[in-house]
Amino acid sequence: MKEVSFGQYYPVDSFVHRMDPRLKIVFLIGFIVAIFVANSFYGLIACTGVLILIIAFSRVPFVKILKAVRGVLFLVIFTAVINILFHGGEHVYWKWKIFTVTREGIIFSAYLILRLVLLVVCSSMLTYTTTPVSLTDGIESLLTPLKWVHFPVHALALIMSIALRFIPILMEETERIKNAQKARGADFESGGLIKRIRAFIPILVPLLISALRKAEELGDAMDARCYGGKKRTKYKKLRFTWRDLVGFLTLALLITGVALLRVYVGDIV
Amino acid sequence: MRIVCENLSYTYNAASPFAVRALDGVSLTIEEGEFFGIIGHTGSGKSTFVQHLNALLRVPSSLKKYKPKKLKKGEVPPPAPVLQVGEYDLTNKKTDFFALRKRVGMVFQYPEHQLFAETVEKDVAFGLKNFLKKGEKLSDEERKAAVSDALKTVGLDYDEIASKSPFDLSGGQKRRVAIAGVIVTKPEILVLDEPAAGLDPLGKQEIMQLLHRIHGDWCKTVVIVSHDMDEIAEHCTRAAVFSEGKVVMCAPPKELFREAETLLSLGLDIPLTAKLCRALKERGIDIDCDYTLEDFTAKVLALKGGDGA
Repeated sequence: MKEVSFGQYYPVDSFVHRMDPRLKIVFLIGFIVAIFVANSFYGLIACTGVLILIIAFSRVPFVKILKAVRGVLFLVIFTAVINILFHGGEHVYWKWKIFTVTREGIIFSAYLILRLVLLVVCSSMLTYTTTPVSLTDGIESLLTPLKWVHFPVHALALIMSIALRFIPILMEETERIKNAQKARGADFESGGLIKRIRAFIPILVPLLISALRKAEELGDAMDARCYGGKKRTKYKKLRFTWRDLVGFLTLALLITGVALLRVYVGDIV
Repeated sequence: MRIVCENLSYTYNAASPFAVRALDGVSLTIEEGEFFGIIGHTGSGKSTFVQHLNALLRVPSSLKKYKPKKLKKGEVPPPAPVLQVGEYDLTNKKTDFFALRKRVGMVFQYPEHQLFAETVEKDVAFGLKNFLKKGEKLSDEERKAAVSDALKTVGLDYDEIASKSPFDLSGGQKRRVAIAGVIVTKPEILVLDEPAAGLDPLGKQEIMQLLHRIHGDWCKTVVIVSHDMDEIAEHCTRAAVFSEGKVVMCAPPKELFREAETLLSLGLDIPLTAKLCRALKERGIDIDCDYTLEDFTAKVLALKGGDGA
C-alpha cells in the first residue's frame, strides 16, 4: 500500500488524541473563525501559539505537519503571488502595466499565507489525531438536531464510515490487481497520456467488479445481522472530560482575544 | 533458470508507524526442473517472497532512487541480499525486469479477479500483446494459435469459449481462463499463489494435473504456494516452510513431514498420510514412506504380508 500522509490518522496516545471528537470538530470550526477574525499581527500570533500548543500536546512528529503543508504549498504560493501583484495600495514599490507591488499587498499576502497554513495544519491535526470512526461518530452526534426535521443523520454517518472503511481495502485491491496485470506485462509508466489512460482499463474493470461484489457481500452480512432496527445504541459513548473543558476554554479565550484585538487594535497595516 | 536467494529482507511501509517486516533474511535456492512448494501461515511472508521472483516487489538496491544508507561508526553493514533468477540479477538497477517477467509467470491468488476484457480471447491475449518486443508484430493467426493452445492446456475449447465474455463463465472456468492468460507466453518459471483455493475437489485435481502437464514441457520450474499439505506431499519435489518471515525448513516432503511435531507446533497441518503414520506409530507400527498416497498404501499392504491380495 502506498503511503498517504496528508491527513492520515497517526496512531499514538496523547492528550489531543483522547479528546472528544465533537470538541475537536467544534474547535476546528472555531479556530477557522478565529484566524479570519484576527486582523492584527498579535491576533495571528495568538492563533499560531495555540496551534503550536496543540501540536506539542498531540505527539504528532513535526515532519508530518510539514508534509501536510507541502500538500497545499502550490496553492499557497499561487494565492500569495496573485495577491502581491494585484492587491494595490499607497506605498508602491514596483509597477508594470497592470501589476503593482505595494507594501500593503506584501503584508496582506504574508498574512494570507499564515492563515492558509494555519488552516491546513489545524485541519490535518484533526485527522491526524482522530480515527475516521470516531470522526464520523462525532459528526453524527453534532448533526443530531437535524433528526428533528427527519433528516437521516444516522444513515449519512453510516455511509461516511463505510466509505472511509473501504478506502484502504480498495487501495489494497488496486495494488493487487495492478501487480497481477504487471505480471502479464502491463505497462503503466510509459507512453503518452491516452496510452496511459488506456493502460488503466485492465485495473478499473476488475476493481469496479470487486467493489460491487464487496458492496453486495456487505449488504448481505448486514441483513444477516438484522441491521436496520429503529433504536440503535452505541458501543463507544462519547463523553466530555476535563480535557475537553481545557480545549473549550482555550478556544473561548482565543476567540475573545482576537475579537478584542480586532476592536481595540484595529486593521493590519 | 535457477533461483538463488540469500539474505532477502522486506519491510512494508518502511519508516512509518505501520511498518511490517514481512521477510527477514530469507535464503533459498530453487533448482531448474523442480516442483517447489512453499508452505506457511497467513502473514508468514510466503506471498511477499514469491512476488520478488518476478520483480513485482523489488530489492531496494534495484530501485532507481536507491541510495545506500550511511553507516554509523562501528556499525556492521547487514549482509547484502542476493537474488538471482537465471541470468537476471534482481539486485541490479540495470536488469531488464520486463524481459524477466516474460520468463517468470505469476498466477495470483484468485486470478479470476483480474479478468477485464470483453471476450476470453482478448483477455488471454493481453499478456501476449504486452510482451511483444518493440516493432514486433503478431499476426491474427499467430495470436489465435497461441490463445487456442493456452486454452487447450487449461482444458478449455477455443471454439466454444473464445468469443464469450469471461464474466459469463462458471467459477472454475474463470480460474482456468485466468491461468491461460498467464501461461500464454509460456514462461519458463511458473509461480502460483494458492492456485486451487476455493475450488471443489475435482477442480483442485484438474489444476494440479494441468501443472504436471506443462511442467517438464516448456515450463521448467513450478513454484507453488499452498495450504494443502496433501497437495505438497503428493506433487512437490521439495518444499520450504515459512514462519515469521524466515525459512524454518526446506527439504523434500519425505523429510519434511517426518518432522510432523515441528510443523504442528508452527500451527501448520500435515498430510493425511503423515497423520495415519503417526497414529500407526502410536500403536507400534513404524511405516517409512514418502507420504504420497501410493507409497503409503504399498507400504501398508507390504506389512500385511502380501501385495494387495
